[in-house]
Amino acid sequence: MEFKFEGRLKLVTQVLMAVGVLALVGGFLTDHSDHHQRFWANLLINGFFYFTMALAALFFYALQYATESGWSAVLKRWFEALWGFLPWGAAVIVIVLVAGKLHLHHLYHWMDHSLYHEYMVEHGDHFHYVDEIEEGAVLNPNYDHVIAGKAAYFADWFFWLRTAVYIGTFLIFARLFRKWSLQEDEAPNLDLHYKQYRRGALFLVFFAVFSSTLAWDWIMSIDTHWFSTLFGWYVFSGMWVSFMIFTNLSMLWLRSKGYFQEVNESHMHDLGKWMFAISMLWSYLWLSQFLLIWYSNIPEEVTYYMSRVLGDYKVPFMLMFFINFAVPFYTLIARDAKRNPRFVIPVGILIFIAHFVDVYLLVIPGTMFDHNHFGFFEVGLFLGFLGLFMNRTFATLAKAPLISKNHPMLQESIELQY
Amino acid sequence: MSKIFHVMYDDDAKVMTAAGKLVGQGIRVKDVYSPFPIHGIDPVIGIKRTRLAICSFMYAMTGTSLALLGMWYFMIQDWPMNIGGKPSFTLLENVTAFIPVTFEFSVLCGAHGMAITYLLRNGTLPGMPASNPDPRTTDDKFVVEITTDNNSMSAEELEAAIRATDLLELSIKDA
Repeated sequence: MEFKFEGRLKLVTQVLMAVGVLALVGGFLTDHSDHHQRFWANLLINGFFYFTMALAALFFYALQYATESGWSAVLKRWFEALWGFLPWGAAVIVIVLVAGKLHLHHLYHWMDHSLYHEYMVEHGDHFHYVDEIEEGAVLNPNYDHVIAGKAAYFADWFFWLRTAVYIGTFLIFARLFRKWSLQEDEAPNLDLHYKQYRRGALFLVFFAVFSSTLAWDWIMSIDTHWFSTLFGWYVFSGMWVSFMIFTNLSMLWLRSKGYFQEVNESHMHDLGKWMFAISMLWSYLWLSQFLLIWYSNIPEEVTYYMSRVLGDYKVPFMLMFFINFAVPFYTLIARDAKRNPRFVIPVGILIFIAHFVDVYLLVIPGTMFDHNHFGFFEVGLFLGFLGLFMNRTFATLAKAPLISKNHPMLQESIELQY
Repeated sequence: MSKIFHVMYDDDAKVMTAAGKLVGQGIRVKDVYSPFPIHGIDPVIGIKRTRLAICSFMYAMTGTSLALLGMWYFMIQDWPMNIGGKPSFTLLENVTAFIPVTFEFSVLCGAHGMAITYLLRNGTLPGMPASNPDPRTTDDKFVVEITTDNNSMSAEELEAAIRATDLLELSIKDA
């Protein structure tokens, strides 16, 4: 069965995108923070949130192949559809990074070149920064010993190389997986299946490293003085659960419209289990990061949580954690609740928004400090990106048959019964 | 004279088909003995949903409460402990430190409570006499138990219906 991307769904995504464009323009014009900091911060938040959701779909797809999982074969095309947003999300992130390098905003404190050199020499109306003391050199008041120690990691060539390698790897793997998947539709080909199995495993090797380091480079580096080894997994579990919620809710909608009839109650139950389980993984990692820092109480580590647990962001931060942990735990723990759309839909929408707030609070306290505003701009941009994300996803979904043919475990998946 | 039929099958899929067929003819299956759980057999033979998960939840909540109560008494009330410069002497402000132990104790209580309840309810605690009709059901065979007591059909009719399924052996005993 083919999916047609038209009618009300297309209109809704276009209206959402229009709202996003309005918010984008209106937000830029009304943003009076220094260097449009609020505008750029929200662009990064939305770009990152939706990009990593599409990325989680790529990860999950590779995971299904690498583990030779049968149950998800009917959902294969849906995962592929989500990759439609990958280039768009990547473009938004790159735009924010380039703008940072051009000093259009100051999200990333480490992009300030004056931090890395201990001395400076006056040259007309500007300063020339040097590492060794020389004729006419004075101490650089901007010099930051901690950030200077990270100079090698934040070197321009290394930073851009990493960003290019992450995005390149994801886009190439997504393209290849899609190509092989469509090729498999033409004729049964077990060799191709095993090829995807091996490439899936290979992708997981790359993803294991990149999922952590991209979170360090693009998000954790905002709080440049602070570091947490666990941060990458924390961000990773967040993107995974957002992707699972989006998949679950979209499947409920698509099935109610007569698409994906091969997806039965057991698949929906499994998606519900993923939603529940990864919510717990996320909460576990949230607590693991928080607990150790809170307990040891070392000044260089607690800076990150000072603003979030004690400062202006106390209420949204703790509320976000409470919602993302307690709500799925108590509502989705029962078998019947995972199969009941009356539970899954409201809980899914609630924790989807709360996971967006999670990403929001990864960026905002380190960029807006205590001058943050939350208004129509944030809501509009979130909806706009949601519209773009849905638009790209459903447009990609319409490009291929909804159920792949010739997947060796397709029958097993169709007959899935738990 | 009431009779007990023990119908043996050598495959779980055959049990599913046979049970569906027998139930379709209005025959009530008393029980199925299997070396492993057969997914989806419960609604077919009309077994009520297990309440073990509810028990497990209650055991785990008991564990949560006991762990918090214990730590409150040991660390706050009876002998207040100042660890890592956190002398706030209230449970709430120190609760983060108690989460790992609370979590572990909840899992411990939930898992043990559930396992013991399961064994008690099934009568399979160590040392209890076996209740399965044939020792082979602990290996690779499956037995469906049907009695004349809870069926309206006569023994002959039941036997004919049973023989029509893809069975391996049939033993008929007087109840």
